[in-house]
Amino acid sequence: MVEFWTTYGLPTAIIVAQSAAMLVSLLLIVAYLLYADRKIWAAVQLRRGPNVVGPWGLLQSFADMLKFVFKEVVIPSGANKGVFLLAPLVSTVLALSAWAVIPVNAGWVVADLNVGILYVFAISSLEVYGVIMGGWASNSKYPFLGALRSAAQMVSYEVSIGFVIITVLLCVGSLNLTDIVLAQKGEWGLLNWFWLPLFPMFVIFFISALAETNRPPFDLPEAESELVAGFMVEYSSTPYMLFMLGEYVAITLMCALMTILFLGGWLPPVDVAPFNWVPGIVWFLLKVFLLFFMFAMVKAIVPRYRYDQLMRLGWKVFLPLSLFMVVAVASVLYAFDLAP
Amino acid sequence: MNELLLDYLPVVIFIAVSAIIAGALMLAPFLIAVKNPDSEKVSAYECGFAAFDDARMKFDVRFYLVAILFIIFDLEVAFLFPWAVAFKEVGALGFWSVMVFLAVLTIGFIYEWRKGALEWD
Repeated sequence: MVEFWTTYGLPTAIIVAQSAAMLVSLLLIVAYLLYADRKIWAAVQLRRGPNVVGPWGLLQSFADMLKFVFKEVVIPSGANKGVFLLAPLVSTVLALSAWAVIPVNAGWVVADLNVGILYVFAISSLEVYGVIMGGWASNSKYPFLGALRSAAQMVSYEVSIGFVIITVLLCVGSLNLTDIVLAQKGEWGLLNWFWLPLFPMFVIFFISALAETNRPPFDLPEAESELVAGFMVEYSSTPYMLFMLGEYVAITLMCALMTILFLGGWLPPVDVAPFNWVPGIVWFLLKVFLLFFMFAMVKAIVPRYRYDQLMRLGWKVFLPLSLFMVVAVASVLYAFDLAP
Repeated sequence: MNELLLDYLPVVIFIAVSAIIAGALMLAPFLIAVKNPDSEKVSAYECGFAAFDDARMKFDVRFYLVAILFIIFDLEVAFLFPWAVAFKEVGALGFWSVMVFLAVLTIGFIYEWRKGALEWD
């Protein structure tokens, strides 16, 4: 019995504790990123944003959560009840579960899979199911149209994200996310990170990430000026909140993924005295916040795309460009024998 | 515990913990919020009209087309993953075979572009 506990019970308990710690800190960070998003948006429009709940409105996200919990769940009579309630769960759980393999510091990762990036890619492909299920189960016209658009949009940009990941993998030679970060370590500091040699891919990944997570200017699935709120029209209370939570967790995931693939993860920008004293987790978070700030600024200043423009950008610009870049990067690595 | 289980057990536990958190949030309003449905409240939203017919109607075939094209290109990406990881080991043969593979796919891509499969207006 004792042996059973030391071989199975203890490791499992440690993993549960790690997962809970990771998820709770992630959700806290997402709560403040939501607040930051609203504040940045407000600042661009010369408004004040949320500033009532707590000092400077810092507790706004928690007040919102409480309010959602106390609201009635309205389930439309024509809806398929099971799928209707499953959809927000799927969307949130999938967005959260990708974080299992994200290394936030050297060795700070719940599951150090040797196929880490493949796992993230698979989970982010599945995220479209939450939206489709929600839109279909509502049995209402706006959610149906929103879900169709969303499905087409998310799969279109998935392809370019795949090619971008391939170019990074060519320069690394491993699917492990920790190896991808360590491959960017070098004496030139931030000039060693992949954003410089793969700059076009960094830009493509950033824009595809916007489209993949239904962020403005690509928020066609919930375009409120034409589809009211897209696939979320019939949702209320915490099911609605879970969709929003899933969306923001997915955005944070995309920021973290860009940090790992292109901005050197937890590595300091210059490997000299004052900078490498700072713990890696701080650098990681700073980079994620910088990318999220760019996401928020894009939302605030760029007008929404039309649907045909969106599909044209995905299939006729990003797909050929990223395909060409895969060939170009592979050829350069092959010709100069630079492959790791 | 064996190696494979130790690698993937954290993933399973992580998904379970996140499912518990999301499930608790989902369950909360069913336990504490008011429940007061009436026939107008639970009818499908259609800007104030009663819904004319079932919402699951016919839709544009181009959505299917996008899905089919996606499968082709996503499979292509899936084929490239192992090649990218073993780029050094597969050497000249691996490099040129993938270049031929990508060339064939590019021809297919040009064909579908010329056929108008990517047009949305």
